[in-house]
Amino acid sequence: MATHIAEPAAGVTAEAAQHLTIEDRVWLLRAMLLMRGIEERAMTLYRQGKVPGSFYDGYGQEAVSAGAAFAMAPEDRLCILHRDLAAHIIRGVPPARILSQYLGREAGVTRGRDGNVHFGDRRVGCVGMVSMLPDMMLVATGMAMAFKLRGERRCAMTWFGDGSTSRGDFHEAMNWAGVQKLPVVFVLENNQYAYSTPLDKQFAVDPVERAAAYGFVGVTVDGNDVEAMFEAARAARERALAGDGPTLIEAVTMRMHGHAAHDDMKYVPKEQVEEWRKRDPIDRQDTRLRELGVDTDALRAEVQAEIDAATEEALAGPMPDPADATRGVFCEGEAEPLRDGVPRWSAFLAGGER
Amino acid sequence: MTLTYLQAISAALRDELRADERVLLMGEDIGVFGGAFKVTDGFVEEFGHDRVMDTPLAESGIIGTAIGAAVVGMRPVCEMQFADFISCGFDQLVNVAGKMHYRQGLAVPITVRLPSGGGFSGGPFHSQNPEAWFMHAPGIKVVAPSTAQDAKGLLHTAIHDPNPVCYMEHKHLYRRIKGEVPEGIFETPFTARIARPGTDLVVITYGAMVHTALEATEDLDGASVEVLDLRSLVPLDEAAILDSVARCSKVVIVDEANATCAAGAQVAALIAERGFEDLDGPVVRVSTPDVPIPFSPPLEQAVLPSVERVREACRELLAY
Repeated sequence: MATHIAEPAAGVTAEAAQHLTIEDRVWLLRAMLLMRGIEERAMTLYRQGKVPGSFYDGYGQEAVSAGAAFAMAPEDRLCILHRDLAAHIIRGVPPARILSQYLGREAGVTRGRDGNVHFGDRRVGCVGMVSMLPDMMLVATGMAMAFKLRGERRCAMTWFGDGSTSRGDFHEAMNWAGVQKLPVVFVLENNQYAYSTPLDKQFAVDPVERAAAYGFVGVTVDGNDVEAMFEAARAARERALAGDGPTLIEAVTMRMHGHAAHDDMKYVPKEQVEEWRKRDPIDRQDTRLRELGVDTDALRAEVQAEIDAATEEALAGPMPDPADATRGVFCEGEAEPLRDGVPRWSAFLAGGER
Repeated sequence: MTLTYLQAISAALRDELRADERVLLMGEDIGVFGGAFKVTDGFVEEFGHDRVMDTPLAESGIIGTAIGAAVVGMRPVCEMQFADFISCGFDQLVNVAGKMHYRQGLAVPITVRLPSGGGFSGGPFHSQNPEAWFMHAPGIKVVAPSTAQDAKGLLHTAIHDPNPVCYMEHKHLYRRIKGEVPEGIFETPFTARIARPGTDLVVITYGAMVHTALEATEDLDGASVEVLDLRSLVPLDEAAILDSVARCSKVVIVDEANATCAAGAQVAALIAERGFEDLDGPVVRVSTPDVPIPFSPPLEQAVLPSVERVREACRELLAY
């Protein structure tokens, strides 16, 4: 298995097309363009010394979060990984709020308490990741458990990487969700490397095969095809709401940048990167839409203008007040609830399921 | 009504389950079996398997899923079968729950019940007092009742609190201690309590050691010895500690936990920083040396603070 490239299962894209309007398909491209554009801008700001700490991105993996998050309803709940900015965008986090987060500003999602992509915006139904990556699998499982106990038609989704499959919380979450048949979607983002460690040092069998051992469905998806990702997530959510339990989606993709900004990725063969460059998820969706007559240049210009405005807004925002550093460790008084995300997929806009 | 410490814990859980549909008990063998110590005996019959949940044997799973359930509106109460096992759920509690509100402004109203303490040959994995691990982790409250009334009242307060709370219940007190407990739901504040007032010396302690301290100082050559029961370690009732020090001027601090960085070490540091002028002698600590809790009775008794050790420490300090 090692560094396999998944071929889209026959019919997946055709199936996706049945559920997506042209506006939906454009939104998928838009979310990926926003993700790449915001991350490129943040990288520039990092090089200019304006982004403190380190910098992580999801270059080349945009389809994984865009496609999967698009299938989730506003009332669903998400725990998003650090290569998955498009999921935050789809949920409705404004680009300026994201850039403020990178810059450590008061207007960032965590108000400067945490950096880079380490955030979840409670205003749009997301719980932020921690650096012990599969931890959030259990949190998502617990959210799904609450939904099931209360008889609510909602589901939880979480992303994690190939390295996460080695840790105990991966097992505990998969097992728990399988035993209790919970409405949770696990998205395994197989991007070939956990920092510098390749897959063959991480597992002896393809982790998607483990889903069967926990008693639920596992599917492998071309993680660089945003519509295939959407379709896999849509089907997984449908299973979850029908009471058929969790799904493990293995999104096969490639981390095209280093683990973080300091990482030159010299441990990755050049041919491997070149091979994957041909499968760029944004190029693929762009080509698909052009064939349908969409003016993607106009879309790109629109996205760029939005990012420019957001950058200006973020840079103009104040840094946090040092006096605030010791505040808010404990919740006092009424707690802020998690609120719903913005509906994106046309099926949610119409108020009905397709 | 008169309840044992254990019955008081059960009563608090039962009252909360009846009063608030968001409350959910989670743990290993707590359902059909009623829990390793029978705290939830008979609960499944009244509340069902969904609310008295027999979980997989996975402590990280228990804490992690409880966090998830809590952020979407539940009030989970997790039982660690033994406090020692929380080491397997440490990451979820410290990194996910403890930092959640600071980072994201989200409340995590979970209570983690930790049956702790030694004295009955539980050995190195069933006797620990891990409260200091969590005192050192921001965002987690830690309480430790010593009486039946506080066992109930502190548990109600813990369940109502919007933050993660470690509730240290001492196994050795379960059936040994009983007392009058008010009916119904009442909240005991996370503050210290004077277990016995005095003026010559104060013993500052919490949990099972409150009873050791009371016995050790009941008749100490006519000396007036105060016993301050901390009840809450986070938040620590600094005002009550400093007030006792000001009135008594001599301080013995007793921990059943291992000595280094124990709760009592924090109390000693507080007194050194802010109560120094009131002292008439060195701050004296009695605690378990830094060894795993051994199994065989003579070994275990050799390390846990005994009535005699506490009495001797008080005598020496009174004579200082």
